Order: sequence, then structure tokens, then C-alpha cells
Amino acid sequence: MSEITNQSLTSLAQNIKDKKLSSEEITKAFIERSEKSKELNTYISEDFSNAIDKAKKFDQNPNLNLKLPGIPIAVKDLFCTQNVRTTAGSKILENFIPTYESTVTQNIWDEGAILLGKLNCDEFAMGSSNETSFYGNVQNPIDKGLVPGGSSGGSAAALSGKLTPITIGTDTGGSIRQPASFTGTVGLKPTYGSCSRYGIVAFASSLDQAGPMAQNVKDCALLQEVISTYDKKDSTSIDFKRNEFSKELTKDIKGKKIGIPKEYRVDGMPKEIEELWQKGIQYVKDCGAEIIDISLPNTSYALPTYYIVAPAEASSNLARYDGVKYGFRAKGENLIDMYEKTRSEGFGAEVQRRIMIGTYVLSSGYYDAYYLKAQKVRKLIKNDFDEAYKKVDAILTPSTPSSAFKIGEKKDDPVSMYLNDIFTVPVNLAGLPAISIPAGHDASGYPLGLQIIGKAFKEQEILNIAYAMEDKINFKNNITDWWIK
Amino acid sequence: MSIDLKTIKHISKLSRISVDEQKAEKLAEDLSSIFEFIEKLNQLNTDKVEPLTSVAETSLKFRSDEVKSKNIREQIIKNSPEDNKDFFVVPKVVE
Repeated sequence: MSEITNQSLTSLAQNIKDKKLSSEEITKAFIERSEKSKELNTYISEDFSNAIDKAKKFDQNPNLNLKLPGIPIAVKDLFCTQNVRTTAGSKILENFIPTYESTVTQNIWDEGAILLGKLNCDEFAMGSSNETSFYGNVQNPIDKGLVPGGSSGGSAAALSGKLTPITIGTDTGGSIRQPASFTGTVGLKPTYGSCSRYGIVAFASSLDQAGPMAQNVKDCALLQEVISTYDKKDSTSIDFKRNEFSKELTKDIKGKKIGIPKEYRVDGMPKEIEELWQKGIQYVKDCGAEIIDISLPNTSYALPTYYIVAPAEASSNLARYDGVKYGFRAKGENLIDMYEKTRSEGFGAEVQRRIMIGTYVLSSGYYDAYYLKAQKVRKLIKNDFDEAYKKVDAILTPSTPSSAFKIGEKKDDPVSMYLNDIFTVPVNLAGLPAISIPAGHDASGYPLGLQIIGKAFKEQEILNIAYAMEDKINFKNNITDWWIK
Repeated sequence: MSIDLKTIKHISKLSRISVDEQKAEKLAEDLSSIFEFIEKLNQLNTDKVEPLTSVAETSLKFRSDEVKSKNIREQIIKNSPEDNKDFFVVPKVVE
């Protein structure tokens, strides 16, 4: 079976088109491996028997013109899937069965893919280690006891553990790119407005974006092509001409100007991250690109800005969980008491923390000092990128300030956990696209990623740079299947 | 900036999240360290900066308010923790 689960999306799709493999064979192979991989705790809900039925049905009358013909896929449990439980990693949605399908997942099914199940994530996508999930930690396939990153931790672990050939995550402050970096996989956060937010459990609406995660850049490009569509159901979806990313993919990046921002050289960054960055610079030079030093002067203000804007939006978005229309309800003496107990028992500690931060910064007397201030600094951060993009086509940085850490290591210190997203958060604040690609290993053999940030709507450009670099890097993940007995 | 217990209780009320003494103390500690981190923004002078409200440089589109879903009343009610088949049920509000 491993000869099936080890294949990339591109190769599986080709094998289906050539009739060398059936959808049923592929689906069963991933299910069998998933069954043996319970210890990773990647799934919140499995939909295996339906998946086999759908695969059989696909094989009876296969449409081989589709982009994901009969390909089984597990997705982050933040996407609403019609008639399949969607929890957002929270107790408060433990029994929630959506009556509708998110646009992004609908796009995937429309291209022939089959749902395997729903993957673990930090509660309401608030976290950088998957430790805030009500459904427990996820193990990183790289090593036992290691976090897979977050919030799309289950997605990253299922992908690198070969339980799904590709997957999707969401990225509000780094939730696709950081776990991709921690698991040696590729993750793209598209431009704000590129993928519909319809049917995605909302966290911070001005920052949230869905995006593809894959084993390689080509698969990532193909999945982005499928999920990025203009959608009238999302009023912030943007109508622009989308590329056929996988077809237009090229390794020719000669003459491209790549910016290196000096402010990303942060205090206390491990030497191996600096060395990895230097290697990355050499790789793009070897591809014929030109390196240009740039400055993004307000970088150090990005995280404090994010920790006002994101909780403020979250406190408003999560007001809907009141124990009335859906989800968990606690008993209360009266209506208000019921609300307060429901939210106190239904939300985990990190979610409560963020709702309270958000409520505070939006409350009377503090709005100007915090929320308005943060929106102004957000403008300055966006201006920094606009200025830099007058001189360069893309920007190269490390994806994270460290490799994956141990489960429990940062759980009790929220600020140190937040620092994980120092290189990814500015991108969300400015609404730009960015991709993380695996680029090397640290001394423990854990993967490290590099991030390429693009201009708005220039996903093709950063995919091309990643594609060219991937060839030079020739990264191999050291996964021993330690969890399979 | 340090956040005291009184403030925590005020925010908990606004957030409709009940907190007991122990939880309030832990929250005061966590929020104080987070706000200390956030205070860094005060180093920047932003007097002449326009706030950014949306990164998408397009204006929101209008659409007509039409019902698109059909006959999903039962499914919707089914997700409710307590219902009487036709309505959502809440604890008594009017005596």
C-alpha cells in the first residue's frame, strides 16, 4: 500500500487517468494507513465508509478530465462540510452538522475529489501548536512528542504522515505556513480575497484565508488552481483573472528581483535559521535571480498589531456561540446565566483569553487607544510592503524563528507561543500571498522552511520561485513511521 | 500595563463568559503580559496615519437579499441543543 500513499497528487492523478490505479484502490490505501496512524491523532471525524462508496461510484463512470479525479482528501475541520460534523476543534461545536458546504471544499469535490474526513486543528484556529484543540494534541510524524505546528496542525501531520495526498488549511497569522515548515511540507497562504471564506468557521475575518498544503510545489499549484474562485457568497471575494497555476508553472526565474528584509534578522534567532536563509539566497542566485537588500521598518510592530486586530474580530465573530441555535449548551438559572456558563464551559482557555482581549480593546474608552491604533499601524505595515515592491518582485525570509518544539514546551506562556508567528503575521496584515517550502533540517534532523512573499494576486510568481528553489534544495523528509506498530 | 481583577470581571461580563476567582487571577496574569507586549505600539507616532480597514482595495458589492436555501428548517432546528420542533428554546425570559 505504501507504493500508493507515497505518491504525489500529480502522480496519483496520472495513474488514475492511465487506468493503472482505481479511485477505490487509492482511497483504501490512505484509509488503511490512517487506521494504523491513530496515535498521531490527526482526525477529529472520519468519513471512511462514505469515502469508499464514493470511490466505487467514481470508478463506475470515471470522469478523467477532472483535476482531482477520484482523489481522496482529508481537510481541516474548520471547513463546513454538508452533513459531516464540523467542530473547529471546539467543544462548543461538538455536535454541529452543517446544512451547507464551504465554497472551497465544494470546489474540490466538483473536481472529482473524495472526502476522507476532518482534520484536527487548534480551537477556532487559535494556536500555533495544535495544543488548544478540544480533541487533543496532534503528534508530528517527524518525531514523537513534537508539535506539528498550528493551527492547521492536523492537516500538516496528515499530509507529511502520508494519510492524505494533499490537504487544505486556513491561515490567519501563519496557520498554514508554520505547520508546513514544522512538518517538511509545502503550504501556500493566498492573497486575501483569492479563496472564498464562505463556509469557513470565522476567526478574524479581515485576515482569514484558506490555502493548499501539499508534498511539493506542483501539487500545491494544482490545488490552488482548484480552490481559488470568485464567489458571490463572500462579499470580500475578489473578481480577478486567476492563473492556471500548475500549467503556467516554470522554473525560469532569471532576472527576478528578490528582496531580503534586514528586519527579519531577529534577536536570538538560532544560527541554523540564519544559515538556512543564506543558503536560500544562494539558491535563488543560482537560478539567475537578483538579490536586493530591502527594509520593512515596522516589522517588529506586526505581532502586537495582530494581537489587537485578530482578537477584536474574533470576539465579535464568536459572539454567535450562545448555546441557542447550535452547539453545546450548559444549564443556567436564567438566559444570561446560561450564556455565561455555556461560553465558559464550551470554549477552551486560549479562546476565552482572545475573546476577552478582543472585548477589552473594543470596549468603551479603549477603542481608540488599542483598536484604532492597531489599524493605523496595520496601514504602516502595508505601506512598508508597497514601498518594497517598487524595487522587488518577491521577498525571501525564513518561515519560522525555530524548528518544531516539544508538546507542552510553550503551552503556559502565551507570548512566547505568539512569537512563533513573527515572520508570517505581517503577510496576513498586508493581505499578501506567501508560500513556505521545506529547505533544510536543524541539528536534530527537524525540518526548516523558507517563506517567499509575493505581491497581491501574484501567486504564480511565488509558486515559480518556489518551484525553481525546490529543484535546487532537493529536500527529503526523514519520516520513520515510528507510530506504526 | 497590568490588568486587575476588577477589569477582568468587567470584561468577562461584556464577553458573557463566567469566571471564578481562580480563573480570574490566571486571566489577569496572562492578559497583563499580553498587554505589556502590545504596549510596544505606543512607541510609534501614528497621528497622521489613516487606519486600514480593509486590505482588499475594492468596495463591497451590493446584492439583493434573496432566500436561496429551501426547506432546511428541520435540519437547522436539529442542530439546536433544545427545541420544540418549531422553535429554538431558551430559559424563561418573561415572568
